[in-house]
Amino acid sequence: MSRLAYIGFIIAGLFILAAIFAPLIATHDVTAQDLAMRYIPPSVEHWFGTDGLGRDVFSRVIYGARISLEVGITVVIVSSIFGTIIGAIAGFYGGFVDKFLSGYVFNVFLAFPGLLLAIALVAFLGAGQGKLIAALCVIGWVGYARVMRGQVLKVREYDYVLAARALGASNLRILFTHILPNAVQPLIVQASLGMAGAVLSEASLSFLGLGIPPPAPSWGTMIEEARQFFSSSPHVLLFPGIAIAMTVLAFNFIGDGLREYLDPKQRTR
Amino acid sequence: MKYKLLNFARQLALMLLVIWTVVSLVTLLIEVVPGDPATVILGETATQEQIENFRAKHALDRPAFFVSYTGEEGFTWNGMENRYAEYWTGLLQGDLGRSFQTDRPVADMIFERYPSTIKLAIAAMLVAIGIALPLGVLAGSRKNSLVDNAASFFALMGISLPTFVIGPFLVYIFAVKLDWFSPTGSLYPEDIILPAVTLGAALSAILTRMVRSSVIEELGEDYVRTARAKGVSERKVLYKHVLKNGLIPVVTILGLQLGVLLAGAIITEKIFNWQGLGLLLLEDGIGKRDYRLVQGCVLVISVTFILANSLTDFVYRKLDPRIRLN
Repeated sequence: MSRLAYIGFIIAGLFILAAIFAPLIATHDVTAQDLAMRYIPPSVEHWFGTDGLGRDVFSRVIYGARISLEVGITVVIVSSIFGTIIGAIAGFYGGFVDKFLSGYVFNVFLAFPGLLLAIALVAFLGAGQGKLIAALCVIGWVGYARVMRGQVLKVREYDYVLAARALGASNLRILFTHILPNAVQPLIVQASLGMAGAVLSEASLSFLGLGIPPPAPSWGTMIEEARQFFSSSPHVLLFPGIAIAMTVLAFNFIGDGLREYLDPKQRTR
Repeated sequence: MKYKLLNFARQLALMLLVIWTVVSLVTLLIEVVPGDPATVILGETATQEQIENFRAKHALDRPAFFVSYTGEEGFTWNGMENRYAEYWTGLLQGDLGRSFQTDRPVADMIFERYPSTIKLAIAAMLVAIGIALPLGVLAGSRKNSLVDNAASFFALMGISLPTFVIGPFLVYIFAVKLDWFSPTGSLYPEDIILPAVTLGAALSAILTRMVRSSVIEELGEDYVRTARAKGVSERKVLYKHVLKNGLIPVVTILGLQLGVLLAGAIITEKIFNWQGLGLLLLEDGIGKRDYRLVQGCVLVISVTFILANSLTDFVYRKLDPRIRLN
């Protein structure tokens, strides 16, 4: 596997460890305010400095990993399983089933851009982590379903599938032993992007004030709070920004690495 | 020809069906607001009379749908005197209801602001395509070269860095330090540059990756080997054969991304105080709990997206005969 993929696994692993052991790693209480210590630059006492309420940025970034990864992992698992099944059914059976699923159901879900549906649901239902995860799942599965359907449509026209059919293989056998293994690679790329997307969506909604409510240390909320004083105290925005970028980068590296590793045609060339 | 017309009619019917579903879902949304919107808008101190007036004016005193259900009475038929039917009647006349807060027609409020959001989204898409196409082809055709690594790095940065981190950095460098543009607002034509780059950054990154991997994948296909064996020049292989097939997934992504841009514009509009639909939805709609306005904004963005999606599907079918033949 490529070196970047290993780097991705290491970074993602570090963030996962940070999320699990956050209470042991954090140096300060994440909600403890100290108005005498506002906007302190990074120092020995406060590694990443302090924010506008004198809270320790390092501890908040560490605890922020918990929120981000919890949301991201839940969304990816639920939506990929559901999306793959629906996409395979649509692409493989074609005809009326495909027309109903990809023509109607997919379009209805795709008619709401993910962020917009999440915003709408939060606007009407009220904010909260559970509702946020639910909204991102409701929208997330369609991406997997579309990728899967596209791959199945492409692969099922290949000669070896026709050959398998000519040999009398059943639909389910063709789907599981011939089509699914060939369609899995773009799904992995989609899952890595999906993880990154979910982390970004959570941060975006929190940035808009519609995600995880303060004082919970969501990276998005931290960036929104830091934005006004960016030119005088850039560190308050910089560290959560780097945390988001690193997390997203890590999952992209993993996806890319796995993709090249799994595709022998690309590996040997 | 007859077949084509039939196909077109079917597509159109499907599109209308999807729009009908979206309208129904959006109408449903207002029913899930916890508590009574009238009390939420007018506050706890409002008199009973004020609340009743408000409810009558905004049709909140009528039943929500044709059929309602209560534990004691079971299902009740409400006839045509229901909000869902009234919303549809209004909608067919271009009426999206009146704002809970300002009492102005929601449609007027939306169409005052929509052009600047569309302008921003199109500018962002142009920025993205302008960066991604050349970069992606260059990177894909020279796999593992310096250009490829640089393009990959750029793409990863664009995907990983959220809009709300890129935006403040661009403002800091180009507005505060270099003083080339104003940090917020849209007074001058060039003020669109920073928001467009901010909004288009992620898309340009996604597109670069798509174009690159498409080109690499297509270069591994048999028809490329055949073309090369025939003695077709590498340049012709790349531009005539590979790019034509490789652009199919890219077109799909572009269509899908238009909605993402329209929704993502909300963040960019907030950063740059760009007076578009996103800011209207966020500040006047959600911020002031103007549910009718939220409903209208969500509906308009979704319907735009459906139209773009149908167009994408149409182009996709034109491009890939294998799908058209099915």
